[in-house]
Amino acid sequence: MNAERTVPVLQLRDLSRVHGSGETAVHALRGLSLSVSAGELVAVMGPSGSGKSTLLALAGGLDTASSGEVLVQGAELGAMSRRELAKLRRRSVGYVFQDFNLLPALTAAENVSLPRELDGTPAKAARREALEALADVGVTDVAERFPDAMSGGQQQRVAIARALVGPRRLLLADEPTGALDSDTGEAVLRLIRRRCDDGAAGLLVTHEARHAAWADRVVFLRDGAMIDDTGRVSTVDSLLTGDPA
Amino acid sequence: MSIRHGLLALLHRQPMYGYQLRSEFEATTGSTWPLNVGQVYTTLGRLERDGCVSANGDDSIGEDLQKTYAITPAGRVELELWFSTPVSRARRPRDELAIKLAMALVAPGVDVGAVVQAQRTDTLRALQEYTRLKTRAEDGELSWLLVLDALIFAAEAEVRWLDHCEARLARHRPAAVTAAAPPVHVSTRVRKPVSR
Ligand SMILES: Nc1ncnc2c1ncn2[C@@H]1O[C@H](COP(=O)(O)OP(=O)(O)OP(=O)(O)O)[C@@H](O)[C@H]1O
Ligand SMILES: [Mg+2]
Repeated sequence: MNAERTVPVLQLRDLSRVHGSGETAVHALRGLSLSVSAGELVAVMGPSGSGKSTLLALAGGLDTASSGEVLVQGAELGAMSRRELAKLRRRSVGYVFQDFNLLPALTAAENVSLPRELDGTPAKAARREALEALADVGVTDVAERFPDAMSGGQQQRVAIARALVGPRRLLLADEPTGALDSDTGEAVLRLIRRRCDDGAAGLLVTHEARHAAWADRVVFLRDGAMIDDTGRVSTVDSLLTGDPA
Repeated sequence: MSIRHGLLALLHRQPMYGYQLRSEFEATTGSTWPLNVGQVYTTLGRLERDGCVSANGDDSIGEDLQKTYAITPAGRVELELWFSTPVSRARRPRDELAIKLAMALVAPGVDVGAVVQAQRTDTLRALQEYTRLKTRAEDGELSWLLVLDALIFAAEAEVRWLDHCEARLARHRPAAVTAAAPPVHVSTRVRKPVSR
């Protein structure tokens, strides 16, 4: 555990992703570098098509870079076998997809407990964890429902519960509040923030400044490159002296 | 801010008469900020005193009306500083940001996108600070929380507006402003928010 404290949980090094080739090539990401340490939450903002989802998919090992490296807890994803990668994703990475991506044949509770069971947690314990995670996001009442019988916001919260369940060290969330009302969205952000405060590393894509503001750092993408970064703010109280009127 | 910086931005485009500056100012900012001609001449007088503009023309009848004003190198430095310094969220005069963007659009050689980005970063930083304060104030006074929410929503609205400006700019790439003047450099690196 000590080594994990010093090595950033996620390191992206000079990452590029090109779709297609020749004249029709789309440069979704151009030489992007970023690290996220334990305890840190980084928000990614940028216009539609700027490469945010691409960045997250590469960080989570769901897509392969054209060049550059992705390291999770110091291990390079490109050097892993498919089995190792699948295990890492299940055990260490919590991923919230932009389109939720719940398994349609499983109930909410099963969707959440499945990754834990695959990882060797006994079924009963996995179910208990799942119910707790569903309670955390306020959707206990849909635990036994299938995805097609849930609202968009409920599906999104189940997807968040699935990503947060268990001791995941890296949380990757793509617009996790897109289908939620402002209050529920904020509750979800609090949850992600708390997980990071407890030692996880988080990378959060959002269009909403109010949600990005929960992060320690906000980075801005444009055309696949990082154009700015709010850095870390240390002067927490400085604005208190400004006028609140 | 100031009328001061608005006038400098206009003079950066070309030398002008004082009364001409007033109409240009209003044309650029719409009705957001009506000026009277007296304010314009008072401000020009201060700018001249500070070495930011130089006046040329017939002074014989003691009439400023005959003078044309031009920006000086010192004036350019001040203008550059204005454009590259984000408007602080603490104690912001109303509408300065909108006016700054309007001026950035008409002043030659200003990278408006960079002005937008520098502001967005600064405003987001303020938003981060408000959010931290809010987590700490959670069990505290409701009135304070409401004030924080007001600050948060106002900052959020500003960021959304800046996003919107950026999208508009991208759609509407300006062929309009061709620079005879040297470009005003705008750094996207911005300073940390300062207290007061
Ligand atoms: N499979 C693909 N083939 C070709 N181009 C792709 C593919 N996937 C993504 N792209 C392109 O890569 C760019 C970045 O896409 P990405 O999904 O990362 O954007 P985004 O920032 O997440 O946008 P949004 O805010 O709309 O979700 C876009 O121009 C997109 O069209
Ligand atoms: Mg996306």
